[in-house]
Amino acid sequence: MQIPTARLLLIGLGAIVLASFLPLWASGYILGLLTIAYYFGVFAMAWDLLFGFAGEVNFGPTFLIGVGAYTAGILDNLYQPPIWLCIAAGTAAAITGGLVLALPALRLRGPYFGLTTLVAVLILQNFIVVDAHLTGGEIGLTVPDVISISDATNYLIALWFMAISGAILFSLSRSPVGLILQASGQDAVQAGALGFNVTKHKLTAFVISAFFSGLAGTLMVFYLGSASVGTFIDITVGVQIIISAVLGGRRTILGAVLGAIFLIAMSEALRPLGDLSNFIVFGMALIVVLVYPNGFFGLLTRTREDA
Amino acid sequence: MSATELAHLEVTGLTKRFGGLVAVREMSLSVAAGKILGLIGPNGSGKSTVMKLIMGIERPDGGSVRISGVEVCGWPSHRIARMGAGIVFQHSRPLHRQTVLENIKLALLPDKLTRLFADPQTDARARAIAARVGLTAVLDRRPGTLPFADLRKIEIAKAIARDPQVLLIDEPFAGLTAKETAAFSDLICELRDDGRAVLLVDHNVKSVSRLVDRVIAMYVGERIAEGSADEVMRNETVRRVYLGGAIETAARPESSFRDTATPFLEVDKVSVHYGKAQALEQVSIHVHEREFVAVVGLNGAGKTTLFNTISGFLPYAGEVRRQGATLRGQSAAAIARGGIVQCPEGRELFVDMTVRENLDLGGQHLPTEESGAQIEWLFELFPILRDRQRQAAGTLSGGEQQMLTIARALMMKPKLLMLDEPTLGLAPVILEQISKALERLRQTTPITVLLAEQNVTFALPHADRVYVLEHARIVWEGNPAKFAAEGGAGFL
Repeated sequence: MQIPTARLLLIGLGAIVLASFLPLWASGYILGLLTIAYYFGVFAMAWDLLFGFAGEVNFGPTFLIGVGAYTAGILDNLYQPPIWLCIAAGTAAAITGGLVLALPALRLRGPYFGLTTLVAVLILQNFIVVDAHLTGGEIGLTVPDVISISDATNYLIALWFMAISGAILFSLSRSPVGLILQASGQDAVQAGALGFNVTKHKLTAFVISAFFSGLAGTLMVFYLGSASVGTFIDITVGVQIIISAVLGGRRTILGAVLGAIFLIAMSEALRPLGDLSNFIVFGMALIVVLVYPNGFFGLLTRTREDA
Repeated sequence: MSATELAHLEVTGLTKRFGGLVAVREMSLSVAAGKILGLIGPNGSGKSTVMKLIMGIERPDGGSVRISGVEVCGWPSHRIARMGAGIVFQHSRPLHRQTVLENIKLALLPDKLTRLFADPQTDARARAIAARVGLTAVLDRRPGTLPFADLRKIEIAKAIARDPQVLLIDEPFAGLTAKETAAFSDLICELRDDGRAVLLVDHNVKSVSRLVDRVIAMYVGERIAEGSADEVMRNETVRRVYLGGAIETAARPESSFRDTATPFLEVDKVSVHYGKAQALEQVSIHVHEREFVAVVGLNGAGKTTLFNTISGFLPYAGEVRRQGATLRGQSAAAIARGGIVQCPEGRELFVDMTVRENLDLGGQHLPTEESGAQIEWLFELFPILRDRQRQAAGTLSGGEQQMLTIARALMMKPKLLMLDEPTLGLAPVILEQISKALERLRQTTPITVLLAEQNVTFALPHADRVYVLEHARIVWEGNPAKFAAEGGAGFL
């Protein structure tokens, strides 16, 4: 059985409140790690809305994130407007970029949508590398401003940003709109015959996904104080997001957060192993996906059922 | 008012081409409020395409579709749905994570992005619709746990949730038992009495004759007859399209096979469970070399499970032996290579490959020369496949796909061919072609055949022996001549 929405949100809220007390004793190193993990959690949740509900595999989550992050970063670098303006501009750019990509791509069926999104990432990456005077190129872009230099503040911003995003995305997924979206994703022909404009719903899902990806991307830029292809855009980053979401549990939204924290924590814990660490982390992810295709979240809800 | 003004659905000159194939040519039909029109035709006649064209799922190449006087031809289907057309698909595709109630609620939702909370009346309306179609008892269950008839009810509940004035129903009674069919018929009559225009699409007149006011018969994309059910059934052209010659039964006695002591295939007290449900219970059957054995039984009796067990796809208790040696522990691939080849019910063709490529794939393990000869022989068995060699398998009609499935299995030069419901969803004229091919197989080759069928009239003429499978158990065994008297009672 599905756990009732209200109880799940309550459990989530409890966890978030507990996590809010972490800065009292945890080191700045741990907090920094979790800050990144929380932003990745938002990336993964936004991705799950597209894959789990709209049924579209977006291989380019980093396209949306990258457009948002770099727009905000470049704007700050050039003109130093108030940070909130950069954040707003970055998010708007991500949404626009998402629309430009999705409008033609959603006409395509099956794997072609995914391929289009993949190519978009490559184009963005190339643009950033080539246009180095504006973007910092391969070296990366230094952003003069940060939101805060306090680890605790940054941690709490990321935590509550993730909490609010999660609450919104999760509620959306269980609302009537989420139901229509799921129907459109599973059987577009039938959804159409029931009077639903499938393209409209999928496009909206893409815009919502772009909003949260872009916003999370800009916030992360102003936490890190820099932007580079390796942290925001590279295909590997996209793959990590996808693995987080699948690992956490498809179609659960909240599971994506668990997946993201697990992935970030594991790669950090195994960092001493050097290149081998990625190998082990991805290997573990592969095993989890093969053995428990419903992910962590599916596992949790199943044990609850058995109890 | 004139008749046309009353017509809720009016179609004229509708045409659809798929590449070079004209699927529908200049079709015209009209259904008035409170009437039921039957659109019948054998597989590949284009009747389903007509339905999809009306609903906007396929885009017409020409013609006109009017719903309550408004031209909707070429519109996307969600707009046609909002004009008052609804469709009940033959295959149900509900949301599996949601309950039955939620599935019905889905259909009641407006196409709005701002609706974050359902209308408070939605729940009551969904329950009312469920009560009407008879789903009240299972409202909180998931579709995956329900029997086939209930899944059909979910489909019809979803379709009527939007209160369509024009209702299209694809093969309303496929897969339903007599009792379920009667209940479904009553429901359709009620919907008609509400003043809706209903279009029933089906294979033959008989199945819908009790319901329809008029019938249109189609064949290869064109209308061949129109009138009352009786008139259409008497129509010369329709009879020629539908009725084949009678086939005599020719059962060979069991003692005539050489391997009476150790039959080629023995299934010995086999039981299979799906979770808690018992799919096969102590089933024992045997098949001699060169014998043609039919296992008949209704949907859900366990026929496919039996075949999948023999093919090595399922864990089981009991024994399956081939020429006395157990098959336990052999992989499905090894069993197939050993000559026990299954033709699955779902056909499972490679739809994007051509007919020829599908056949070549089946003959992969044969030397090129032998493979070519085998294909040549199969083209003689199924001449239509020769004409369609270069066509993608997915574009074939249902009957042609079935022939290709059988042909592909024969490319593996099986010793034992297991055919799972080859007649599913096929029109009589196609049945006869397949029937003739099977008869030729039986007479000209040393092949052994195990056939699973619902359609007794198709199965009996070929069979040397018949088993009746009912609720996971074998309840009767004997020769086809005795079947009608003994085993057939309670089955038909």
